[in-house]
Amino acid sequence: MATTALEAPIVGVVSEKTVDERVVRRRLGPGPRVPGTLWIGPILLLGLWIVASATGVLDPRTLSEPWVVVETAQSLIADGRLPEALATSAYRASLGLLIGVGVGLVLALISGLSRVGEALIDGPVQVKRAIPSLALMPLLILWLGIGEPMKVITIALGVLIPIYIHTHNGLRGIDSRYAELAETVSLSRGAFVRHVVLPGATPGFLLGLRFAVLNALLSLVVVEQVNATSGIGHMITLASSYGQTEIIVVGLVVYALLGLVADGIVRIIERKALAWRRTLESH
Amino acid sequence: MATHAGESLKEPAVRVEGLHRSFSEAGGVLNGLDLTIDSGEFVALIGRSGSGKSTLLRALAGLDRSVAGSGVVDVPERVSVVFQDSRLLPWRRVLDNVVLGLSGPDPRARGLEALSEVGLEGRDKAWPHELSGGEQQRAALARSLVRDPQLLLADEPFGALDALTRIKMHKLLKKLYAAHNPAILLVTHDVDEAIALADRVIVLVDGVVGSDIRIDLGAKRSPGDPRFASLRAQLLAELGVVESVEEEVA
Repeated sequence: MATTALEAPIVGVVSEKTVDERVVRRRLGPGPRVPGTLWIGPILLLGLWIVASATGVLDPRTLSEPWVVVETAQSLIADGRLPEALATSAYRASLGLLIGVGVGLVLALISGLSRVGEALIDGPVQVKRAIPSLALMPLLILWLGIGEPMKVITIALGVLIPIYIHTHNGLRGIDSRYAELAETVSLSRGAFVRHVVLPGATPGFLLGLRFAVLNALLSLVVVEQVNATSGIGHMITLASSYGQTEIIVVGLVVYALLGLVADGIVRIIERKALAWRRTLESH
Repeated sequence: MATHAGESLKEPAVRVEGLHRSFSEAGGVLNGLDLTIDSGEFVALIGRSGSGKSTLLRALAGLDRSVAGSGVVDVPERVSVVFQDSRLLPWRRVLDNVVLGLSGPDPRARGLEALSEVGLEGRDKAWPHELSGGEQQRAALARSLVRDPQLLLADEPFGALDALTRIKMHKLLKKLYAAHNPAILLVTHDVDEAIALADRVIVLVDGVVGSDIRIDLGAKRSPGDPRFASLRAQLLAELGVVESVEEEVA
């Protein structure tokens, strides 16, 4: 091998027809982004469903045909039942998300910036982390009843944990050399938080936010199925007792869309807020 | 600040007396070091690894609060530090990094002025990662200078740069020193860099000043100058390095 390498012509190796492929693709990265590839899997799955229903392999009592689902969705939208349920559910989820994110963020900042705060807050949050929020529901029902406050607080409790954990992690992961720099330019405590702590913790916070959005949705589904008189969950529970799989599927699709839209919004925020980062994903 | 008889008529910018610093019980890093730097004086500090160069610089910068030690450290009010890494906040644009924590009238205009002074005009809105290593270090210099320091502490600021970039940065630092005339303490492991830039070279040996050599080569200094070569041989000998055949060729 060594001899052939030595004997290879050194002059004139760069011919005009040679394309240097190394510049086209980073060898160890995931490669360039191809638009639309995210949809290939879901579309295949949908196709499978259509084929199975049309050929009769799939019993409508097990799962309604896709076209029946579409018709049902249209009529549910037309008579206003779906928009109303969606509005109720979206309101619950976003209110719980808002409260959970706010509380989680404040707790993470207090605990991340002071030893006293850490001693007081970190322990209880870690204990809470070990108890699934949904397991607290019986207690919350006793305290708050089965109305909206119980639902919103259950969602907020599920949101708070990932926000706290990831923001706190992000805070603690900030390079101490930046704190040293802040001292040499005599930054005040407030300016230090604004210029170093908050931006430094943003990647962690946004990661937490993505988990939080999923948790909010999960909690939403559960609180709505246990005891609700409105919302998507109520619609699904009702349909389940009448054996209307098409309405159940419409409800599930709406949940999926809620999840996708929420995740998409967080991704957009992420891209805007982390423009300063150069990662494998963006290049 | 009191001047010491026979040392200098100028008001000193830095006065260090009997400075001790140690990180363990076993032995000190600085063992009763005395040092005076006049205002507007350019001092280079060289020494082998572990001789206490960085420890001294951190003591002057006030960055060693949790380190055990004693001694007198007198530094001026406005001290700026340039680190080996540029230490730009990656999430702030270049101009925002330069004016970080800057007070006084119209900080942004002064920041822009400092950026053009280091040759980075037009890059104020760039992210730090979009700059080359040399440009990042220029931005770090701008961040230090915009504060109009009476003392500039530089901890191997060009150590991570390639040789060509380093030569350009030497010229830039000379120009900035001539324009602003702060006292400078430059920690370096590069003997040539020390001779090319400084008025005085201090060799640190075992935590005290081993030798203190004045460089009287004028403004134009070339490594081809025989006086340059003999100074370099002398300093390398202080560091325990024997000059090689290369010396005869020059």
